[in-house]
Amino acid sequence: MPGTRLTRQQLAWRVAQALEDGWVVNLGIGMPTLVSNYIDPAKEVLIHSENGLLGIGPIVDDPAARDPDLINAGKEPVRLLPGAAIVHQADSFALVRGGHIHAAVLGGLQVAENGDLANWRIPTEPMGSIGGAMDIAVGAARLFVMMTHTTASGEPKLVRACSYPLTAERVVTTVFTDLAVVDVTPEGFVLREVAPGWTPEAVQALTGARLRWTDPVRTVPLPSPEVAA
Amino acid sequence: MDKVIARVEDAVADIPDGAVVLVGGFGEVGVPYGLLHALARRRVRDLTIVNNNAGNAGRGVAELLAAGIVRKLVCSFPWYPDGYVFRDLYAAGKVELELVPQGTLAERLRSAGAGLGGFLTPTGVGTQVAIGKQTVTLNGRTYLLEAPLSGDFALIRASKADRWGNLVYRGAMRNFNPLMAMAARTTIAEVDELVALGALDPEVIVTPSVYVDRVVVREKHPCRAPD
Repeated sequence: MPGTRLTRQQLAWRVAQALEDGWVVNLGIGMPTLVSNYIDPAKEVLIHSENGLLGIGPIVDDPAARDPDLINAGKEPVRLLPGAAIVHQADSFALVRGGHIHAAVLGGLQVAENGDLANWRIPTEPMGSIGGAMDIAVGAARLFVMMTHTTASGEPKLVRACSYPLTAERVVTTVFTDLAVVDVTPEGFVLREVAPGWTPEAVQALTGARLRWTDPVRTVPLPSPEVAA
Repeated sequence: MDKVIARVEDAVADIPDGAVVLVGGFGEVGVPYGLLHALARRRVRDLTIVNNNAGNAGRGVAELLAAGIVRKLVCSFPWYPDGYVFRDLYAAGKVELELVPQGTLAERLRSAGAGLGGFLTPTGVGTQVAIGKQTVTLNGRTYLLEAPLSGDFALIRASKADRWGNLVYRGAMRNFNPLMAMAARTTIAEVDELVALGALDPEVIVTPSVYVDRVVVREKHPCRAPD
């Protein structure tokens, strides 16, 4: 019987572990903005948001402490860390498109085994929102997608080919889900880690394309409960 | 030379039917709410509004939409929970949408302000954004040819201005405002504070005065949203 899935906080912590000291990282809207709360303080990671802030600190929870002119891509209140810089929107996307970002973390609706990403529109909705996703997807040196492994109705989100409108072609590096960590390689999906209590076979059953793996597959490391539960 | 206009209503009084109006802001930050509120109260129609979003609840661009004065929205991110004014109008076929990736939107504005004929970008290749656009392949990489985007008017938000229209911004307020300032024939800036000529250090001015035509000083109150 499979175990429980990772919480959003545990998943955000896991993604934060993948960020290296000295990296410039873009965090997209939704779950990815949580990652800023879990970056190891011993690492100097420069968080960039598409609205031109470079050097973002954790999200500010206390309403009294919020600066009305400082928000991240998800419109959440943040503060700037020492060493931060501010640019306008064209320069912000120059930074993104010009290859100056070591890694971007975006949400996902579907990821195909060739690395195609779909994350801006659900086909049953009359319209969707692109925002900075297309630019970020083509510009980042590494693209990490952070998403649930299946939809609310249990459909796989890792697929052979995207059926939803594409954000970009052949861009995804690694997918972090609430069940697994999966790399995209020239040979397709490679399963690197499974959530505690899960087996590769159980994860494969919820995946819409072939997963390759080498036994034994690592378990996703979890933070201690006081860090993230 | 004094570009300051005392009454916000006077600043937007000559925006005609059918105008293309560039509106600064990202989310609720850097939005010229006072100018938008004044524009929403005017009897004008068929505006094309360029903004990153579609307003929030009844505020900002949503106030223009709700007033029925917008024919088309050029936007990167129109579909989200409190953008319901736009969603309802769009679903009813009452407003047109041109959906533009955010980096492309920013660069189209800059391109227009800078007198360029367009630019090549890899963003959107292989997606719905590429439909109807020319593609160019250089050095093995495929690009979309994107056109400049200019406006008749730009309604922008800044932190401080002098009477010539030099502008500085604050935090994430900057976003699209400096680009829209360049890309419109008439640029109207809503600012928190008017300072003396010479008080703004040339090293920190982000929008030089040449791009700004009118300056309106916001009424002082703590809320970002319009009164």
